[in-house]
Parts: sequence; structure tokens; C-alpha cells
Amino acid sequence: MAELTLAQDTRFTAVRKAPSLRRIARVDAFFRALTRASALAVLGVLGGVMLALAIGAFPALKAFGFEFLWTHTWNPVTEKFGALAPIYGTVVTSAIAMAFAVPIGVGIAIFLTEICPRALRRPIGIAIELLAGIPSIIYGIWGLFVLAPVLQRGVQPFLIDLFGPVPVLGAVFAGPPYGIGMLTAALILAIMVLPFIAAITRDVFEQVPAVLKEAAFGLGCTTREVIRGVVIPYARVGVIGGCMLALGRALGETMAVTFVIGNAHKIHASLLGPGTTISATIANEFTEAVGDLYTASLIALGLILFVITFLVLAAARLMLARIARKAGA
Amino acid sequence: MKPASPLYALRRRRNALFLGQSALATTVGLGCLAVILATLAVKGADGLSLRVFTEMTPPPGSDGGLLNAIAGSLIMTFLGVLFGTPLGIFAGTYMAEYGRHDRTTAVVRFVNDILLSAPSIVVGLFVYEVMVATLGHFSGLAGAVALAIIVVPVVVRTTEDMLVLVPDPLREAATALGAPRWHVISRIAYRAAKAGIITGVMLAVARISGETAPLLFTALNNQFWSADLNAPMASLPVTIFQFAMSPYEDWRRLAWAGALLITAAVLILSVAARALNARKGP
Repeated sequence: MAELTLAQDTRFTAVRKAPSLRRIARVDAFFRALTRASALAVLGVLGGVMLALAIGAFPALKAFGFEFLWTHTWNPVTEKFGALAPIYGTVVTSAIAMAFAVPIGVGIAIFLTEICPRALRRPIGIAIELLAGIPSIIYGIWGLFVLAPVLQRGVQPFLIDLFGPVPVLGAVFAGPPYGIGMLTAALILAIMVLPFIAAITRDVFEQVPAVLKEAAFGLGCTTREVIRGVVIPYARVGVIGGCMLALGRALGETMAVTFVIGNAHKIHASLLGPGTTISATIANEFTEAVGDLYTASLIALGLILFVITFLVLAAARLMLARIARKAGA
Repeated sequence: MKPASPLYALRRRRNALFLGQSALATTVGLGCLAVILATLAVKGADGLSLRVFTEMTPPPGSDGGLLNAIAGSLIMTFLGVLFGTPLGIFAGTYMAEYGRHDRTTAVVRFVNDILLSAPSIVVGLFVYEVMVATLGHFSGLAGAVALAIIVVPVVVRTTEDMLVLVPDPLREAATALGAPRWHVISRIAYRAAKAGIITGVMLAVARISGETAPLLFTALNNQFWSADLNAPMASLPVTIFQFAMSPYEDWRRLAWAGALLITAAVLILSVAARALNARKGP
């Protein structure tokens, strides 16, 4: 009956001109396929990066085998390449950066969630997050022209004098104060990853159920005791996840480090000496690399970096997913 | 209130120390931001003049500007967003609209989150392998593709997040009126999530306009004016890198001017994106 009245309607012709159901279904299927293909393309990017790097790195891996990972010769003239010095530099600078950034970042998160007046929370939070928005090249130029001279004139001579006579630490802080070097790179990295740690830690702290905290306060706990006894244990996985996310950033950070690391393929005991990282080596040498083996070795470095950061970031995401489930449940 | 016992006094002291430390940490963080911005403002303003916008990058030892670098950055950023945004929006659409509880979506979300923080220099290596090594020359196009790969995860993430926030009754109402699925998505969901999606694109622009590492061996650099996408193209970040590392005083001055320009652009974009999201967002 409904169709009959429709047919008698004067707008019947207009209805006929509207796309047929089949056409609508076709467009619908096409749109679905298009979006699905786009989603799969994201996976394709990851696969493509892995594959392209593996293919590009193949000549170097064939020539040096697994020795590539633990030899530290880097000689373009004799075409002998080993990744140990860049790997060492990457790991050490990131580790020191985390040692500085984690306490400060968590401190900021505590300040923002527990102490800060409500009206200031948003502005201060945004200001900290802006630190994450500053491009890495800016950190690099700032590190080279502002931070390095300060370290060279003030901090490093002090460290050398202070730790010089101490047996082990004397070697760690030995040498002339260059200004640039591993320690400088680590400090820049610390500033760069600080906002990530602070923002994520703040977010997971906010997911701690208020009743838990209120119960602890009700027992007479101080703020410190509530944070150490209730908030941090509850949010631990999330905080660690956030720190690992920051670690992933620090490991892969390129430009800022390239400016201040000194780019020397050496493994010094001293943190004040120049060194190199995987990403800085690639950035500095790739366009100047002559010969297939040199290029392949640099791509192999890129592959190592990608695999390391992939593992760290994957672990971070799994941990953050766990805390999100816990808060949702 | 007077402390009742030595233990209580100790706890109060520890608490004050603890809170003091966290306030100190915040001061350190804000201090870093202030010092960096102040340095940029002072040193950047020193090198900034009208010539920066009207003249090409100079050979060492002479005056000049950054015009070709600024133009190159604008071209490659524009193309990067042009290539990356549709892909990102469509992928986010699938994840939020069609496959919200799919396994595919879970996997794509996981991978996308990793790509979001993956080292950008690796993206540069990838595009070098795929486009520069095979075609045999550096090109502005390769630079744009490298930037597009960085745009995609940012846009995917915000698009998905924003579409998920669109209330289901809106979709149900549209469907009940007889609208086909793609109509529901494009006319209802996209419209409701518009501010959020635009925010995502703005954040992506902010992210790539300062990216240097992926351009180093894709677009390379160019001392001269060039709008040819098949030729090496100058960009502001790579020029800053080259000029800052040089021993020439006037090159360094230009590097600081460029650094100020980029930072101002990036910070204005991210603050604007936040403001847009705060006003229209959930």
C-alpha cells in the first residue's frame, strides 16, 4: 500500500531519480573498502619500513654478520664497520636522560595533580606540553650555543675537580671540558622527553579512583604518604609505560643529539668526551657515504634503531593499555 | 596546629620536603621552556629582518635571507599534509565506524601508536630506499612523501578518537531516516567531529614543520630558488642545521632567525589547535 501512495505522489519522478538501492549499496561497499584499505595501509607502512631497511642493510649484514653488533671499528677507508660505538652512545645517553627526566617528570605530575591550585593546572600543563611541541632542531641549536658553553665553563670543570680524585668516578668525569659530548646530549634529551613523562604520568595519576585516596587521607596519611602508598602503586604500570614511551623517543631522537654529541666513533669511559649515537651517525654521514657497503652499514644502523625502538614502544603501549583497562574496569 | 609527637613532626617535615621537591621539578620544567623561548626571541630577533623573507640563502660571508628555504618548507609541508591527511582520516574512519571492535582495528591502533613515536630518521631512510635510490636523485617530492608518512599516524589517532566520541544516537537517528552508512559517516559523524579532526591536522602540520631528520636525505637541500618537485629542495629546518653547524657568523645569525620563525609557527599552531579543541570538543 505504501508503494501505491508513493507512486501516486507528485514527487514520484523525483523518487525515481534518486539513486537506486543497489547503487547506494555499491557506494557503501566502496567507501567501506576504501577506509579498510587505508587502515591496512598503516600496517603496510610499518611492514614497508622493516622490509626496505632489511633489504638495504643486507649487504652490510652479509659482509660483517652478527659481528656488526659488537665490533667498534668504523673505518670508511678500509670499509670496516661495526655498530658498537653508536649503540653504546645511544643507550648511555638515553639512560642518563631518563635518570634526569623520570624524577622531574613524575614530580611535575605530582605537582599538577596534588598541589597546584586548580586555576593554574591547565596553563601549567599546557606550558609543559609546549615543551614537547618545540622541534628537535631548536633543542639542538639551543644546546650547541647556549647549554654547551655553560657546561664547558661552569659545570664540567666543577665535575672534573670534584670527581677527579675518586677512583671510578674520576674516569667517568675525566678529560678536558669540551662542552659538547655525551653528557650534554643526555641533558638535552632529558629536557625533550620530560613533557612526555609528565603528561602521561599526570593522566594515569588522574585515573586513580578518588575513593582510594580519600580513604588514605581519612586514615590520617600525609600527601606524601598517599602518593607513595596509594597513587604510585596503583598507577605503577602506567607510569612505567609512560617512561618507556619517553625512552623510545630518546633512543630515536636525531637532530638535537647530532648538534651536541661531537660525532666521534669512540667509546670513552668519560661522559664528558664526544661520542655518537645511531641516529646522529646516520644524520651526519648518510649523504656523504660513498660505496655500497658504507651506505648499507648506515642503513643497518637504522634497522637496529628501528627494532630497538619498536620493542621499547610496543612494551610501553602494552603497559599503558593495561592501566587503561584497569581504570575502565 | 601544633605537632603532637616527634613522629608526627617528622612526617610533616617529610611531607613538606616532598611537596617542595615536586614544586621544584615543575619550576625546572617551566624554567627550561622560559630559557629556550627567551634565547630564541633574543637571538632570533637579532637576525630577523625583512631580507629574511625576500632574499635567497646566501653563500658564506655575505648577507641574504631564507626565502627559498621558507618556500620549500611551505611546499613540502603542504604536500605532506595533502598526501597524508586523506589516508589518515579514512583509516581513522574505518577504526571508529566500521571496525570499532575488530581485531584489525586493534592491530592497526597498536601499530599506529608505535609509528606515532617512531624515530623520524628511519622514515627518511625508508623514503630514501624507496624513492631516492630507485629514481636516482633527491627530490622535493620524496621529502613531501617522508613528511606525509609522519602526518598519517597523527591524523589517524585524532580522527579515531574524535569519531568514537560522536554519540551513537546521532548515527541511529540518521540511519532510521534511511541514510546509507557512508552518508551517516560523511554527513553526520564527520560533521560532528569536525573540530577534532581539524585539530589533528593542525597538530600534524605543527609536527612536520619542524622535522629535519626525514628531509636530510630525501629533499636534501638547495642553495637556490627551486619549485621543481623533481629536484632537491631547500627547507627551513635543514637550512638551519647547515647554517648553525657552519663557522660563518652571518649564516649562524640566519639560523637563529629561522629557528625563531619555526618555533613561533609551531607554537602558534599547537596553541590554536588546543583552543579549537577546547571550545568545540567534548
